[in-house]
Amino acid sequence: MTPSTAGPRPAARPRLWLTAFSFQLPALLLFGLLVLLPILYALYTSAFRWGGFGAPTDYTGADNFLRLFQDPVFLGDLWRCLVLVVLSLAFQLPFALAMAVLLNQRLRGRAVYRMLFFAPYVLSEVVTGVLFTMIFAPGEGLADHVLDAVGLTGLGGGWFSDRSTVLGTLFLVMTWKYFGFHMMLYLAALQSVPRELTEAAIVDGAGPWQRFRGITLPLLGPTLRISVFLSVIGAIQLFDLVWVTTAGGPVHSSETMAVTMFQYGFKRYQVGYASAISVVMFAISLVFAVAYQRFVLRRDLAGATTTMRGGGR
Amino acid sequence: MRRIVRALSPHAVLVTVGAVMAVPLLYAVLSGFKSTDQLSRNPVGLPAPWVTENYTGVLGSAGFWRLVGNSTLVAVGSTVVVVAVSALAAFAFARFAFRGRELLFTLFTMGLMFPFAVAVLPLFLLLRSMGLLDNPLGVILPQAAFGLPVTIVILRGFFREIPGELEEAATLDGCGPFGFFWRILLPMARPALGTVSVLAVVGSWNNFFLPLLVFNDPSWWTLPVGVQQFQGQYAADTARVCAYLVLAMVPALAFYSLAERQLVGGITAGATKG
Repeated sequence: MTPSTAGPRPAARPRLWLTAFSFQLPALLLFGLLVLLPILYALYTSAFRWGGFGAPTDYTGADNFLRLFQDPVFLGDLWRCLVLVVLSLAFQLPFALAMAVLLNQRLRGRAVYRMLFFAPYVLSEVVTGVLFTMIFAPGEGLADHVLDAVGLTGLGGGWFSDRSTVLGTLFLVMTWKYFGFHMMLYLAALQSVPRELTEAAIVDGAGPWQRFRGITLPLLGPTLRISVFLSVIGAIQLFDLVWVTTAGGPVHSSETMAVTMFQYGFKRYQVGYASAISVVMFAISLVFAVAYQRFVLRRDLAGATTTMRGGGR
Repeated sequence: MRRIVRALSPHAVLVTVGAVMAVPLLYAVLSGFKSTDQLSRNPVGLPAPWVTENYTGVLGSAGFWRLVGNSTLVAVGSTVVVVAVSALAAFAFARFAFRGRELLFTLFTMGLMFPFAVAVLPLFLLLRSMGLLDNPLGVILPQAAFGLPVTIVILRGFFREIPGELEEAATLDGCGPFGFFWRILLPMARPALGTVSVLAVVGSWNNFFLPLLVFNDPSWWTLPVGVQQFQGQYAADTARVCAYLVLAMVPALAFYSLAERQLVGGITAGATKG
């Protein structure tokens, strides 16, 4: 690197740009080649009937997409995605919040609980999935034995192998694995709530519920919104856990978009059609992400993007 | 009386939830100490007698250690790449006001929202055409690429907090941009680098989709792929699968207990620094 003899700012402008850009170059290459290019390539191949070998030649325009939106399995994927999102927002996140509030108090063993609740997040989806296929094995798994022991024989049994219970079972496993992650986010936010605020509220005679509604919840707002966002994106791309536990079965009743895509792309060699699924998944997450940013996260991000030094233009 | 109920109930709730969380793990550990025959006769209680063959069998197999080795190689490789490349990029985002910065940064933050599953099929085709199947680089590079957004966002946040006077002082002492980056910024940002490294290691260690597709050759399989195959192979031998599963959990849990603070710090920083 040559020592800088030129004056600081004005003369150095083009060189500044060049330096900044050269710092960015490796990241841009990696990101462009392995993240953006594949997404564009999927867009291209989704317009072909193509088995994945040789160059795609059988151009079919939007046919794959038309077929997709008449495919009961794919429509089912969308429905199941929605069900999992609703279940997560209605049960998993409130549960995580409740646990965070509990653990935010001074309690004996708090650190141990925190470790224990968060630990499943560190395990891989595969390990979790295999563990719970054994626990929910009909008749012989731990879950059925526990139900037997408390006199609820016959209540279990189906779990992953029954069309009517498989999604619920999957949701239980998802909650076991992921609620700790959301709880940690909330805990971090709770710990930054200024203590004077709660103390003042106590002095004013606010009960625990009022304090929660009036202080904690509003201050947690930004974190809750991020956690909802991550939860939805997670449901859109759910694959590992499903693949290991049920592979989408029985009869597609736990299939997700990513599983359907995998089936067509890697098992049935209908790569053009599978690309169309990728594109739709991408479109859904993009529309959701942009809309969410625009309408929900807006106020949270307002400060973050405008406080940069100098300003971009 | 009311006071006792009040003081007790959070504990009661936590103990219950804690039990639900711990039981699956304990079940796996204990089942690993049973024979499969014993497991079917005595699925819930303590092992009687304690059988250690399942665990010693897995620990004595070369296959298991190769999986651990492969997972380590892939995790370390992708972590080094993603942290190095992100640090350079985050430095430019944090310290330079250059044209197009907002646009580029938006591009990377958009990456936070792209499900990996979306790109995996075309990515596979691309890797195949580049001859990177059955090559660790075929997992390391994409893993690093998909880790860029979150790493850049977190590091940029940290880099911005380092005072500008420091940069001026370094410039006066004859440091160029790279010299400042290398000799001053990176050493100062060591905690932040640790945090993003832990996130990257955990992400890579647990990745299943990519190694499943890229590695056809069993000698390259990583731990998650190996666990899935092992379960398929020994489906009838439940106790042995349990032992395998427990041993596959150990590295992740050990790493977690060592790096808990960094991991949690990274997650909360990643989620709140937009």
